[in-house]
Amino acid sequence: MHRFAKPSVFLKLTDPLLPWLSGATAILIAAGLYFALFASPGDYQQGDTVRIMYLHVPAAWMGLFCYVGMAVCGAMSLIWKHPLADICARATAPIGATFTALCLITGSLWGEPMWGTWWVWDARLTSMLILLFLYLGYIALVNAFDDPERGSKAGSALALVGAVNVPIVKFSVDWWNTLHQPASIVRMDGPTVDPSMQLPLALMILGFTCYYFVMLILRVRLELNERRIRALQLSGMFDERSPGQNTDTPSYDAGHNAEASQ
Amino acid sequence: MSLSRAKARKRQRMYIIGAALLAVAGAAALILTAFEDSVVFFFSPTEIIEKSPIDPDQRLRIGGLVVEGSVQKLQDGKTIAFAVTDMAQTVPISYSGILPDLFREGQGVVAEGHMSSDGTFVASEVLAKHDENYMPPEVAESLKKSGYWEEIEAKNAEQMRN
Repeated sequence: MHRFAKPSVFLKLTDPLLPWLSGATAILIAAGLYFALFASPGDYQQGDTVRIMYLHVPAAWMGLFCYVGMAVCGAMSLIWKHPLADICARATAPIGATFTALCLITGSLWGEPMWGTWWVWDARLTSMLILLFLYLGYIALVNAFDDPERGSKAGSALALVGAVNVPIVKFSVDWWNTLHQPASIVRMDGPTVDPSMQLPLALMILGFTCYYFVMLILRVRLELNERRIRALQLSGMFDERSPGQNTDTPSYDAGHNAEASQ
Repeated sequence: MSLSRAKARKRQRMYIIGAALLAVAGAAALILTAFEDSVVFFFSPTEIIEKSPIDPDQRLRIGGLVVEGSVQKLQDGKTIAFAVTDMAQTVPISYSGILPDLFREGQGVVAEGHMSSDGTFVASEVLAKHDENYMPPEVAESLKKSGYWEEIEAKNAEQMRN
């Protein structure tokens, strides 16, 4: 019972939250895109190309944010063996990987017209690419074991080791000289982005963050439901309901149950 | 009894994970410090001068601000000569090829190529390195008028030295 106590709390807490978060996501991103594309000025040097920033920076932020979340969940699942933490880490990985890929793609599209190159191996770009590989490695690793518990143990260890890369991504532009410019937003002496450009940026960052939580809740729900179905299948409940019906055409369920009961 | 033992085990796991993380972070810090020369993307003019004479066969990158008034087209019609500076040292560069849109005087650039024996950096590729300031043209104009612009440029030069 203890195993199911916490997921039920999660469902109870997130159920009323989901419509609000979904609404906030839609409004924030719609308003953010309006300001990003129409109601904000171009840059004094880059002109309209600067508008790539409103996708690129939120995507980069989410790539790092999701990774920290995944590593914290991994630590919780290793220390307290909390099943929900493991589910959250697994649910976060593909979302974070997508944001990181989006960041790399938009960065490349931005780099070509401004810097004159699609890609360079400087510290910021390379550490961000490593972040993407860490996500992909985590996804591959947690699914590589027949026993999901062993998969999540190995995956949590990888997520934690990879967390060392997060400060490297953030501070790469300060520690080494890079082609990528230094931080514009999170820096000691305040943002170096003009206030008229900060508004669309803030809206997009908040919108992306809300979007992540919507996706997280949906993916955790899906996983909880799948686990419930698996548990019911293992208990043989579905077999009793339709005895003999599956004998002619052995379905996946029947094979799965037979295997499990051996 | 068994409950407190479980608690102790959890605490132990926490310490092990903390210690492992510290070890990994330390190892990463050592590796990155040891390979600093390959992690940095370019050398500043000061570093280039310090390292010279540099073997002409060695490919490397140099980064700095394009010196105001230094850009000129040579007589062959395709070679462009300019100088980059970090406000401490200045290195002349010659390049024949397409310059990025953001290439202009006072702007950061990173050039890849080799050092010729006469002290000129012969570039085979020039990339623009813009700073972290984003603003509409009007704001840039008023900053230039009020004299804050020099401050920004001095800061950019300092970053090139890094």
